[in-house]
Amino acid sequence: MNIIVCVKQVPDTTEVRLDPVKGTLIRDGVPSIMNPDDKAGLEAALKLRDESGAHVIVLSMGPRQADDVLREALAMGADEAYLITDPAFSGADTWATSSTLAGAISKLDFDLIITGRQAIDGDTAQVGPEIAEHLQIPHISYCEGFKIEGDEVIAKRQFEDRYQILRAKMPALITALDEMNEPRYMTPGGIFDAYREKEVFVWSRVDVPVEDENIGLKGSPTRVVKTNPKMLKQPGTTIETGVDEAVVFLVDKLKEKYIL
Amino acid sequence: MDFNLSKEHLMAQRLFRDFAVHEVEPWAEQTDEEGRFPFEIVQKMQKLGFLGIPFPKSVGGQGCDTLTYILAVEELSKACATTGVILSAHTSLAADAIFLNGSEEQKEQFLRPLLEGKKLGSFALTEAEAGTDAAGQQTKVTADGDEWVINGSKIFITNGEVADTYVVFAMTDKSAGTRGISAFIIEKGVPGFTFGPTEKKMGIRGSSTCELIFENCRIPKTNLLGREGKGFGVAMSTLDGGRIGIGAQALGIAEGALEKTVQYVKERKQFNSPIAKFQNTQFVLAQMKTDIEAARWLVYHAALKKDSGKNFSNEAAMAKLKASQVASDVTRECVQLHGGYGYIQAFQVERMMRDAKITEIYEGTSEVMKMIISGSLLK
Repeated sequence: MNIIVCVKQVPDTTEVRLDPVKGTLIRDGVPSIMNPDDKAGLEAALKLRDESGAHVIVLSMGPRQADDVLREALAMGADEAYLITDPAFSGADTWATSSTLAGAISKLDFDLIITGRQAIDGDTAQVGPEIAEHLQIPHISYCEGFKIEGDEVIAKRQFEDRYQILRAKMPALITALDEMNEPRYMTPGGIFDAYREKEVFVWSRVDVPVEDENIGLKGSPTRVVKTNPKMLKQPGTTIETGVDEAVVFLVDKLKEKYIL
Repeated sequence: MDFNLSKEHLMAQRLFRDFAVHEVEPWAEQTDEEGRFPFEIVQKMQKLGFLGIPFPKSVGGQGCDTLTYILAVEELSKACATTGVILSAHTSLAADAIFLNGSEEQKEQFLRPLLEGKKLGSFALTEAEAGTDAAGQQTKVTADGDEWVINGSKIFITNGEVADTYVVFAMTDKSAGTRGISAFIIEKGVPGFTFGPTEKKMGIRGSSTCELIFENCRIPKTNLLGREGKGFGVAMSTLDGGRIGIGAQALGIAEGALEKTVQYVKERKQFNSPIAKFQNTQFVLAQMKTDIEAARWLVYHAALKKDSGKNFSNEAAMAKLKASQVASDVTRECVQLHGGYGYIQAFQVERMMRDAKITEIYEGTSEVMKMIISGSLLK
């Protein structure tokens, strides 16, 4: 069984501070990490490999430095790694990113694709499902756990107040939540092997079968117009009372604030 | 000449740092207060290959190098000096002694389980009457058919009661002085091999330190490590490596204390101002940082020299001498900057100050380091 895990290198947002004047993120000196949801997805793949045998391939689209997260994945135990990198791919939104990744994946043999639910620097949760659509395979998003039975993946899909158990015929894609597991540590020997024994295969524009109109900034239908810092909301107040009293209370409060 | 860590060293450093922060630091205070050996942490380290870092894969190691191992001891010691010395004594003393001096059979039988995390190692040289004067060994060994018979005792042995495999030094010929010392591998559970009570110490209180007692303890002839009468050389060459480990432990302790102190001085207010705003605080911090960096490069340099295959006795002695002095000085200054809070347990620097002292004593005192260094100048 071949499992492809998509990983993204992201700034460690717990270390990112906001420039109080410009309202932008201060990224200088912020360490880069493997996106936590992706790391959980990788751990799930490695677990499956440990238990029943599988070939785990990690894939990342990003700048050259994204080599670091792929080496980390190799040091955790992944078998093979690909870096999709080219100036032509930069500035991509989720559409262009998923088109590019799907193009790269179409060149590889796979039974299951695992992506993280979303990246902590973008929070869109779109790339995973879009890859599945491009490849025309079923997907199950927001998985907090899954297992393989025959040629099917059976996954537990999380909602705020409930969950679904879904079944999909492989090849399929799932998106993983970081609460799915506790990712393993690398090993010292794994790190040395990742740099000295193993290879990260680099694919550029010419290696990826995808149309020009679907890549990079030009192939991105969405644009970030402006980023604003989010104001923290005060916690609300809960008043437990009957309906009639509640109406009176609410009207009084609205008058107090000159809304009525 | 390049003072940058390679990508693999940087990633290994990140791994050890992550591990120390998540798995070691939360238990450091309890380990110290209860004087309890951190079995759970050691088991996790064994599972992750931390116990075989600088050894080749062919003998069960991780295939890394001395610098990587040094980074591990340093990062662990930042959080907990007890955990640092457990790894250092196991790796530099027990495992390296067997790696450097053992036969192929001994490496397979005794070294592989140590490196693969199945067993923990220990090294026993010191005796009640033989500390710095290592030649004053009283433990005696006599040959009896296919066996050696050992009688005597060893004191202050790190990983004492908790180890599985011990490298033990004893006299095969008392009249021959240092040329009468031989090294042996002894496993726990052999009849005649027992333990005295665990010592209660000033620092590194979770590390198991105790007496090893041998009473007509019989081991196979094949457990002789290196050649008969060559034990002194085994001990001294092994200790050279050990000193880099203790240098790294000292470096880690100093760095850990400085980190806590930088955080503290930014928060602690006196005269309506964080004490970080006062020049005395700034100057003390600057001096500590400079001393730590000086110690770091001596320690890293000694590690690189060891891997280069050249003689590194001097570099190891200088690294340990400097780093242990820095650890003692820095932790004392950190307690001072904390004021009264530095003297109570909750702020951790008092523990670090107690832990630092031993680095000036074990695996050769600072005075022994000075003898080695001056000896090379005056020969």
